[in-house]
Amino acid sequence: MSQDKQQEQSSNWSMVGKDPWTMPLDEIDLSHPGIWHSGEYLPFLERLRRDDPVHYCPRSAVGPYWSVMKYQDIMTVDTSPQIYSSQPTVGIVDTFEEFTLPMFIAMDPPKHDEQRKAVQPVVAPANLQRMEGLIRERVCKILDGLPLHEEFDWVEKVSIELTTQMLATLFDFPFEDRYKLTYWSDVATAIPGGGVVDSQEQRWEAIQECLACFTRLWNERVNSEPGNDLVSMLAHGEATRNMPPMEYLGNVILLIVGGNDTTRNSISGGVLALNENPAEYEKLRANPGLIPNMVSEIIRWQTPLAYMRRTALVDTELAGKQIKAGDKVVMWYASGNRDEEAIDRANEFLIDRPRARQHLSFGFGLHRCMGNRLAEMQLRIVWEEIMQRFEKVEVVGEPQRVYSSFVKGYSKLPVKLRPLA
Amino acid sequence: MVTIQFIEHDGTEHRVEVEPGGTVMQAAVINAVPGIDADCGGACSCATCHVYVDPEWQERVGAVNPTEDAMLSLSADRKENSRLSCQIPVTEALDGLVVRTPEFQY
Repeated sequence: MSQDKQQEQSSNWSMVGKDPWTMPLDEIDLSHPGIWHSGEYLPFLERLRRDDPVHYCPRSAVGPYWSVMKYQDIMTVDTSPQIYSSQPTVGIVDTFEEFTLPMFIAMDPPKHDEQRKAVQPVVAPANLQRMEGLIRERVCKILDGLPLHEEFDWVEKVSIELTTQMLATLFDFPFEDRYKLTYWSDVATAIPGGGVVDSQEQRWEAIQECLACFTRLWNERVNSEPGNDLVSMLAHGEATRNMPPMEYLGNVILLIVGGNDTTRNSISGGVLALNENPAEYEKLRANPGLIPNMVSEIIRWQTPLAYMRRTALVDTELAGKQIKAGDKVVMWYASGNRDEEAIDRANEFLIDRPRARQHLSFGFGLHRCMGNRLAEMQLRIVWEEIMQRFEKVEVVGEPQRVYSSFVKGYSKLPVKLRPLA
Repeated sequence: MVTIQFIEHDGTEHRVEVEPGGTVMQAAVINAVPGIDADCGGACSCATCHVYVDPEWQERVGAVNPTEDAMLSLSADRKENSRLSCQIPVTEALDGLVVRTPEFQY
């Protein structure tokens, strides 16, 4: 079955408007984007944590799959790559070979480790420290250009703009063409019909265009001295310099998506969380020193990627359930991050939370988010500079959420700025 | 009580005293020693409690275990005496242990 067909069929399977507490357990299907798009997902996650924390969904548009809902069980799966493989894909939809890009997020050791090591240095803290000044300069320029006292879309003018500029910096990508990076990132995770592309073929065309562009950059950099940007690192890295074109593209796309949607949605999510929790905004105004801790809390609260998928390599048991070799196993980080058994007052947004760094949003184990320190740095700088300028970033309309059960974020967040007196 | 000395990358020293039974990571966290993040809380799955064991102590501290080795191998700052401090149990035999923390944990 094609992905288009799956999508079409899946529209009947949405849980929007259904009662999470009374619907039959085996009809609960978290993979459908409906409840994520409408913002109704939380009680469904809570129901499964309570009633069936390792849950089997026998029928869905993407086939049968397991949902792992609790913090500790997620930790077990994430740290057992010998049982739960990241191959062939970490998305819930099975991929089709002709549309699959090889990337290290979807590889097991040893190949994963080799490729990851080649690009890790670009986001290592020492390299980030060198970039901090430039990032701050760009943040200030964006914030200083915003309109005061009038409604605008925070997602478009701040979250997207900033993360796009950041990507261009990391890749040393032509700055004036930087919006292409955002487009490719959106396309890479798009479900045909969800608003970004209409068909799988259209998606593939855009990806080919991305490949052509990055091939040009590769050829440029491979013939120059090694630099500190990602393309240069891949072109010169021992483990990556001979990689086939599609593998190169896969890793480029991985880095674009990894550095784009996630940080973008955490920048938006923080504004929303502080507006929904005015006492926390008050705490922040009283003590901007809380920003680094708040950044971790925002990342937990937002959980910008709702899940990662694994595939069982062998028959195994998890929390009393029998998982068979070949089964899809989905770790719902968005649920584990609200697990009261692992996190005190997990359903409250507390910017001064103790041990705020202990959340699942970056995953754990070998595949733990490589860019976590970059993300934290960007968010920290954004909030430091916001607090220098604005009394409040006020949400003045309903946020629009992304149509996806994977990318958990916002396509629109209407705000008004109140400057400091 | 067991005394452990943590030395930050800039040379700042922190001496802590703990009961045997926990881990070196916990000894740092309980005593608010900077430079140990321990994002995963001790599950050997984040590599943010990375330390360099003073060469004199390496043998008594013991070798890296396979999971730890896999996590450490992803760090560009790994050295021959690198360990994850959540994987070092505090015992009487480690009284006086000296470890250094890297400039960054990630």
